[in-house]
Amino acid sequence: MKPCHPLEDWEGPFRTAVGACFGGERVVFRGKDLHRELGEASWMELYVFGITGRRYGERELKVFNALWTYTSYPDSRIWNNRVAALAGTTRSTGNLAMSAALAISEAAIFGRQIDLRAIEFLQRTQKMLDQGEDLAEIVAQELRCRRSLAGYGRPFTADDERLAPLRAHLAQIGFPLGPGQRLAVEIDDVLQRNRWRLKMNYGGLAAALATDLGLSPAEFYSFAFPAFLAGMQPCYAEALEKPAGGIMPTRCAGLAYNGPPPRRWP
Amino acid sequence: MHRIESGIWQEEAGDNPFVAEVARCRGYDVFGDMLPRAGWADMVFLLFAGEAPTATQRGVLNGLAVVLANSGPRAPAVHAAMCGGAGRAPAAASLMAALAVGAGRVGGAREVFLAVDAWREAKKDAMKMFAALAKTEQDAADIWPADDTWPGFDPHSRDCALPVRQALAHFTTIVSNGALASLSIHREGLEHQAMRGLAMTGVAAAAYIDLGLDADQAEMLHLLLCLPGAAAHALEMRSKSYKALPFGDIELLQEGALKHKDPAEYFSPSPGAMP
Repeated sequence: MKPCHPLEDWEGPFRTAVGACFGGERVVFRGKDLHRELGEASWMELYVFGITGRRYGERELKVFNALWTYTSYPDSRIWNNRVAALAGTTRSTGNLAMSAALAISEAAIFGRQIDLRAIEFLQRTQKMLDQGEDLAEIVAQELRCRRSLAGYGRPFTADDERLAPLRAHLAQIGFPLGPGQRLAVEIDDVLQRNRWRLKMNYGGLAAALATDLGLSPAEFYSFAFPAFLAGMQPCYAEALEKPAGGIMPTRCAGLAYNGPPPRRWP
Repeated sequence: MHRIESGIWQEEAGDNPFVAEVARCRGYDVFGDMLPRAGWADMVFLLFAGEAPTATQRGVLNGLAVVLANSGPRAPAVHAAMCGGAGRAPAAASLMAALAVGAGRVGGAREVFLAVDAWREAKKDAMKMFAALAKTEQDAADIWPADDTWPGFDPHSRDCALPVRQALAHFTTIVSNGALASLSIHREGLEHQAMRGLAMTGVAAAAYIDLGLDADQAEMLHLLLCLPGAAAHALEMRSKSYKALPFGDIELLQEGALKHKDPAEYFSPSPGAMP
């Protein structure tokens, strides 16, 4: 019988398929007993299993791990890390600092929004190529529409210091060059041939690797969430070692005001 | 010396270069001139819009602040803040929870953003709102999860709730033309087309339009205006036993067994599906 209201179906016991805690007895995590079946798993393995529902092998988990490690920068000048440091300088709590800094990482010109755009573009491009479209035209069209290409180009520097070490690591662990990575390189070639001055950046390679690991854009977005976290903790910790207010102290004269001149309140 | 550019805030230091003797907001001396004569809504409007509000704008903003201050404990954002209170998390954690949940695309500040965008597209004419909403397309790479809803309308009801009608009626006593007035005249027609009742987010979006705010400003101000109730309920929960917010019962299903029903079973049409 059709319910009177769409939400009536969702009243009553909390129905879930992802898991539950049966206090004092067991915990179910995506159909597995957390302590008996997943107790030996690394946190990374559990995290990726939680997102995808799939189990990954040791080599793949090393790739996931590297994707976080290689972009963990304890540099308090970077906006998201700066939030962690500023929380430290006001003696806010570490959890609030990290939560806010990670929230700030969902930015449109770096971080999570770029991750999502990069993998969506890569996977969409692959589908268009499969339908016989031309790569150079796809890239040109994307640049016409968005004026940028997620995964290519960097705001402050042209070269990305993370690419070579990550590629060396991939070679070392024997992670194969999959279709995602090949396509990312082909896009890079198109950009260089047409002198668009956009080089592949870390987000581009990460999206390609995620594609080769079988992640959907939504799964990659969720996976990438803590990517900067390891670099944030030292920023907060060091801020606590400095005097309160010691992170980027700004004099009154440091405010470069460019608004209306002094006036009387009406 | 660290330098920050701003068109909003200016400070003059005395002997201590790190302490302001005079602080001006958009040119107005906050402590020397504004404080005895300006209210909270004046300051908020000045910060967002750049000018002191007119009497009408002040009335709309004050009304909006009352309308949005508390959605009550059933609202997800308030509920989220209460979780912080129940667990005795820091105050900021409760507010961050309320902001994160209240930011959403359905019933939250992102919905207001989308509705304000549609209002601007419709040039404050409610008759053109339906077409503007229907044109709303979601980017495939959008961080906001897709949802087949009409910004500004209740996804779960065909009727317009009494408080929504009361709020709209109140605002039309303050402002006689613009988006709110147009919405008041054409509400029932829009609801008929959408097959959904106008929601408070729809009223708020029209109010932000009449305040002259753009979608980004409206989204930010909406988050701010919704916080007081979340804060108060978090505090109330903090003062109670943790048993006051029980976990409730659970029914564990097999993986993949949880199926959403097609919303079209209840409501149609959906945005983008209309001519």
